[in-house]
Amino acid sequence: MAEQRRLRLFRGTREHGELKEYQVAAAEGMVVLDAVHAIQAEQAPDLAVRWNCKAGKCGSCSAEINGKPRLMCMTRMSDYQAGETITVTPMKAFPVIKDLVTDVSWNYEVNKRIPAFQPRAPDAPDGTWRMYQYEVERPQEFRKCIECFLCQDVCHVLRAHEKHAEFMGPAFLVRAAVYEMHPLDEEDRRSYLRESGGIGYCNITKCCTEVCPESITITDNAIIPLKERVVDANYDPLAALWRKLTG
Amino acid sequence: MTDIRTHDYDVVVIGAGGAGLRAAIEASAQKAKVALVCKSLLGKAHTVMAEGGAAAALGNVMGEDNWRVHFRDTMRGGKMHNNWRMAQIHAQEAPDRINELEAWGALFDRTPDGRINQRPFGGHTYSRLAHVGDRTGLEMIRVLQDKAVHSGIDVHMECTIVRLFAVGGRIAGALGYFRETGRFVLFKSGAIVVATGGIGKAWQITSNSWEYTGDGHALAYEAGAELIDMEFVQFHPTGMVWPPSVRGILVTEGVRGEGGVLKNAAGERFMFRYMPDMFKGDFAETEAEADAWVKGERKKNRRPPELLTRDVVAKAITREIAEGRGSPHGGVFLDIASKQAPDYIKQKLPSMYHQFKELAQVDITKEPMEIGPTTHYMMGGVKVDAETQEATISGLFAVGEVGGGMHGANRLGGNSLSDLLVFGRRAGLYAAGKRGGAPGIPDAEIEATMRAALAPFENANGENPFAVQSALQTVMQRNAGIIRDKSGLETALAELENLKGRARKSGITGSREYNPGWHTAIDLRSLLIVSEATARAALERTESRGAHTRSDYPDSDERQVREQIVIKKEGDRMIVRREAQPPLPADLMKLIKEGS
Ligand SMILES: Cc1cc2nc3c(=O)[nH]c(=O)nc-3n(C[C@H](O)[C@H](O)[C@H](O)COP(=O)(O)OP(=O)(O)OC[C@H]3O[C@@H](n4cnc5c(N)ncnc54)[C@H](O)[C@@H]3O)c2cc1C
Ligand code: SF4
Ligand code: SF4
Ligand code: FES
Repeated sequence: MAEQRRLRLFRGTREHGELKEYQVAAAEGMVVLDAVHAIQAEQAPDLAVRWNCKAGKCGSCSAEINGKPRLMCMTRMSDYQAGETITVTPMKAFPVIKDLVTDVSWNYEVNKRIPAFQPRAPDAPDGTWRMYQYEVERPQEFRKCIECFLCQDVCHVLRAHEKHAEFMGPAFLVRAAVYEMHPLDEEDRRSYLRESGGIGYCNITKCCTEVCPESITITDNAIIPLKERVVDANYDPLAALWRKLTG
Repeated sequence: MTDIRTHDYDVVVIGAGGAGLRAAIEASAQKAKVALVCKSLLGKAHTVMAEGGAAAALGNVMGEDNWRVHFRDTMRGGKMHNNWRMAQIHAQEAPDRINELEAWGALFDRTPDGRINQRPFGGHTYSRLAHVGDRTGLEMIRVLQDKAVHSGIDVHMECTIVRLFAVGGRIAGALGYFRETGRFVLFKSGAIVVATGGIGKAWQITSNSWEYTGDGHALAYEAGAELIDMEFVQFHPTGMVWPPSVRGILVTEGVRGEGGVLKNAAGERFMFRYMPDMFKGDFAETEAEADAWVKGERKKNRRPPELLTRDVVAKAITREIAEGRGSPHGGVFLDIASKQAPDYIKQKLPSMYHQFKELAQVDITKEPMEIGPTTHYMMGGVKVDAETQEATISGLFAVGEVGGGMHGANRLGGNSLSDLLVFGRRAGLYAAGKRGGAPGIPDAEIEATMRAALAPFENANGENPFAVQSALQTVMQRNAGIIRDKSGLETALAELENLKGRARKSGITGSREYNPGWHTAIDLRSLLIVSEATARAALERTESRGAHTRSDYPDSDERQVREQIVIKKEGDRMIVRREAQPPLPADLMKLIKEGS
């Protein structure tokens, strides 16, 4: 018989729930999502979990594995000791719908409020633009975002302080950075970022950068430059201090 | 009626991939009140996974390119079975649609002179794929998603449509349930666009996700629309084969576009041996010539044979494996490490690098990958009018992978993303023109649909729907895969009949709230319809053409080239018939024969 692995999964809803233990047969190369699927197919067909690509491209399968925000499809079972029980719980910063599925609709509302892309007039008579690779590379880094919301989950402003009404979170600072650093964009998002976006709430702990499965340098490359732009428009002591420290 | 929310819209778009988003944006631009409904969260549709690029004859890299060459490549790649008018519209309009994405914020990779860069791909004469590294789909869906949410479109996420209502040959509405609550919702509308994607979940080894159960095909079929080309299922030559948990996950054709080569266990670059007559003279004949082309000497040299069309490459790999020249885990080798420098590989194929490193512990800049064919794309779909994408039911439109005709017997890589944009826009435009005049839907039909959807709850002790789904995948993999024959297809049909009974008796426990067992039981109904349609059409087509290969009819039969297999529901039966497509106009025929 194949080696058995033990998992503890959160089962339940917003009102009540508990950790339930399951055993699955280990297979070579298995990821946590495979184990969860095996449990769903054979033991608990009503176990709720999101997934689409199984290759780290869609950002659907976010959860907390042994308390760490991760993509289940990119976390190998072999990263954990053979006898260890692996605990999988839903993201903490969002309300649970059921089992491993959370209500992430707030994120979509935040995105809707970011002022839209506004290109400059076309560069060529045929209505097209000229941009160079070195210019697009910077916003392209932010475009790698798969909207997994793991950074939102780990950020203490949302996770611990529940400032969802005041702070857009790192994922949407990244989104705003795409357009702010887009070579063609002419929209000014600074007052938006400062006021409804609440960029001042970020105190640069860099926890978001650490969990990003796409390795986007969220804090250094997106948030800090955005803070600096906002400061230019309006004084922000924290960013000024940061600039002083980093030169 | 109790237990149901009702909405009225001018246009309802089912599916939020590239096709659905583009359709919704266009309908909204026409001042229609638009609903966009999707089974997953917004931004998670298959389009997000597309890697290699979107094909459009922009001519930015090779100025010789134009719509005529693109049209010719598409028709030849489709083995001349395509709806020629769709192939023509697609080739003509794709450049505008790509440039439009740039106006909406897309950040494609650039040429040295600052224009959209284009990469070579299988079956395309010139470098033609606009791309962003190997995550083109992600870029495309984000741009469209942001455009859509700023256009005032109502998005209904995690809402699965289970039935389309047509009354007197006119579309009237759609009924679905929200995954979160299990509650029903009715969308009343005289213009419905189906953009639900493909059917790849009917096979065991697949690059497709849980969503690809052929819902749109089945919904349209049940409402009385015709399906065409259901025998043409694309098996992509390069899926991962090891470890078992990742079997089927796609390895982009971009690897070969960037110079990757295919080798068998003996280390032989076998594709040189598999050149079809149709393409003789178009491809390199020696390794030296192929290598020179990869290095950029493109005027004097011809493309490597690894860039032959997908049907040809998938069959070649299958043959190598069957004849004992496969790799240790039943694939062949795809090697880019010996052809390109590590930094170049990481820059051009970052997500492939990451995917192999994380999931297979293979460093593709140092070692070859092990790959084999995987179910990938459905050429067949709802029969539509080439100009408007309207189906054979008035007010019903189908677009994207669920639409049929454009790609013929085999799709060229990169032609899907551009297809979504070109025909998504058209579907949205004509759907907006069809707004209003939705006939009323009889209450009894609505009640019956909800009762049928809830039936699995009545069978708490019934068979687990996941087990039935897995049995169906085994049947299709074994009997309706890359290589088919009469007896296998007849076996498939008999076993599907048996599975229909098992599906009816399957049951679930738990509540209606976010219950994947229930969702799977409902999806099984679509899977059974599309599987049967595929097997019936494959049995009917007594020749091999493009992605459809019959070992008992190994040759193409020129009398069948323009014949389409049409599937339609009559009473409770699935009817199969043949229909001749209109011939190509003489000027286009000449273009294909002589080149441009
Ligand atoms: C891994 C991979 C890589 C690819 N790479 C390329 C490439 O490089 N170039 C290229 O041209 N093509 C590529 N393709 C193919 C291409 O991505 C797809 O064919 C295309 O994205 C399909 O788009 P679509 O809009 O038709 O459907 P999708 O993007 O699949 O969207 C379908 C939508 O329909 C919804 N839906 C389905 N059923 C229902 C229902 N019952 N009720 C409500 N909503 C429903 C889904 O939720 C989803 O929103 C690739 C495909 C894969 C899988
Ligand atoms: S760096 Fe800012 S956004 Fe990121 S986790 Fe810390 S506080 Fe949150
Ligand atoms: S920035 Fe990174 S962690 Fe945050 S949502 Fe995007 S991909 Fe996920
Ligand atoms: S399933 Fe897509 S990221 Fe995990």
